Amino acid sequence: MDTLPPSAKITDMKERYRSGVLKYRQMGYWEPEYEPKDTDVLAVFRISPQDGVDPEEAAAAVAGESSTATWTVVWTDRLTACEYYRAKAYRVEPVPGQPGQWFAYIAYDLDLFEEGSIANLTASIIGNVFGFKPLKALRLEDMRIPAHYLKTFQGPATGIVVERERLNCFGRPLLGATMKPKLGLSGRNYGRVVYEALKGGLDFTKDDENINSQPFMHWRDRYLYCMEGVNKASAETGEVKGTYLNVTAGTMEEMYERAEFAKSLGSVIIMIDLVIGYTAIQSMAKWARRNDMILHLHRAGHGTYTRQKNHGISFRVIAKWMRMAGVDHIHAGTVVGKLEGDPSVIAGIYDTCREDFVKKDLTHGIFFDQPWASLKKMMPVASGGIHAGQMHQLLTYLGEDVVLQFGGGTIGHPDGIQAGAQANRVALETIVKARNEGRDIWNEGPQILSEAARWCRPLRAALDTWKDVTFNYASTDSVDFVPTPTPA
Amino acid sequence: MKVTQGQFSFLPDLTDTEIKMQIEYALNQGFAVAIEYTDDPHPRNVFWNMWGHPMFDLRDPAGAMMELQACRAEHVGKYIKILAFDSKHGWESVRMSFMVNRPAFEPGFELVRQEGPGRQLHYTLRSYSMARAPVAEHSL
Repeated sequence: MDTLPPSAKITDMKERYRSGVLKYRQMGYWEPEYEPKDTDVLAVFRISPQDGVDPEEAAAAVAGESSTATWTVVWTDRLTACEYYRAKAYRVEPVPGQPGQWFAYIAYDLDLFEEGSIANLTASIIGNVFGFKPLKALRLEDMRIPAHYLKTFQGPATGIVVERERLNCFGRPLLGATMKPKLGLSGRNYGRVVYEALKGGLDFTKDDENINSQPFMHWRDRYLYCMEGVNKASAETGEVKGTYLNVTAGTMEEMYERAEFAKSLGSVIIMIDLVIGYTAIQSMAKWARRNDMILHLHRAGHGTYTRQKNHGISFRVIAKWMRMAGVDHIHAGTVVGKLEGDPSVIAGIYDTCREDFVKKDLTHGIFFDQPWASLKKMMPVASGGIHAGQMHQLLTYLGEDVVLQFGGGTIGHPDGIQAGAQANRVALETIVKARNEGRDIWNEGPQILSEAARWCRPLRAALDTWKDVTFNYASTDSVDFVPTPTPA
Repeated sequence: MKVTQGQFSFLPDLTDTEIKMQIEYALNQGFAVAIEYTDDPHPRNVFWNMWGHPMFDLRDPAGAMMELQACRAEHVGKYIKILAFDSKHGWESVRMSFMVNRPAFEPGFELVRQEGPGRQLHYTLRSYSMARAPVAEHSL
């Protein structure tokens, strides 16, 4: 074996299947000539090989470990069409400005995956390979899911268009707020906050991710009081209102029970947390489609593996999987708020949620053209440390099809919750109107909001209270490619 | 009470100049503008009366403004809204919706609670306007 160059694929079958250990490249997982098929699942990983491991071998190892390979040669490969099932690393490129890191492109045949199963897809793509010793670190940056595979998934239970039709709300972002304090309110007090916020002008209120059924407030109590608040606010405004009733629980049976109860009370929306797992999410998405329910997903837990650039999974991949899995809402970043969010990264994630065709754009972290084959659009949710004074920035960065959630920015208003909600709604409508009238909201935004604050006291108070609040920290998760300036 | 459906109900009523600017925006986006009216603004009343078809071939917002004046003249004191439809693939629904007329007095809604088992309540919203409207109005 030592006589063979370690980079060459071994073509002599007797040599290839002699017991022992081979380089992954020798086994055939590095195929620089390979032309990906339209039906292939493609993935691009950021790899940081251990010292002495060259990038092509590392890429081949990732392809091997995320598909058919094991650490040693097995003769049973020869009972299969193993060439066909082997994932193929077909390209390796250095990461700009990051010595020791490479982007490895890998193609997987469609037959490697079960139809309609995120669990099966991810068990390969982010399975054992993430603990593989020859790599210091590994990050899944992006995937291209072929339309053939996408069509085996339900996609969002409701989608942006039908959600808007059900809510009778068009032409502006939706407004929401997470109930605060996160923990400790009784059902009765909690319902009060829901009512005040909806009456004041919000479309939605929301349970927080860790509100399930604790000693201070059991879930049935919460649902009953929340729906009183929702219906009362609806009667007093003539608008369809909703509150995301979190049905997250310890077992599927309990989640179904909670969802059924929410339905029986007439709720238009329920919510789940990302931590319930991919299969549970897909089950709830099917339930939501069957029961005319909008399904909100809180991305609790994602920061543990999406934020650091050298290891884990990019959130744009999670967003992609969640659109396939079938949720209607997903928390996707605010750019200007308190949580991680580089504008270019967020743009790529929002496109992934909302567009029917997402074009390759390395400056947004999008590595492949991604057709969505008419899977419904998923509504991104911007939540975390945003306030009325940022409305022009939020509309510019995030567009119209988004839920803007002001939790503290509603409930923390000096004149009360209704005033906080009203301030947000007035700021939103003012900025949308000004944009449609052709005004330059990016530059004139603060002035436009000040003008409205002359007749809207709650908005004045909101602008004064939060005028200096910004979260200007460098993003951890940024893009690696900057746009090349066009010569004048 | 004030029914706050639509894009701009939290703002002072739009002037005709402002309404025209919104229509112009809609036309620039390639949307078809429509006018609808009702005396029942129940939040689940989806199908308001159509003031003609959506104006698919309209280019000048002045045309829509003339239709709006005519609708206002015939339906004094009713709720009137302007809608914009987008026929682009993957949307094919409403893109804009805002009120341009409302009654001087808005009667609002009664929230009817029907007690069920286990502290459960079934809620019904009733439009006061429909309770009071003469029978002939309903059939419009």
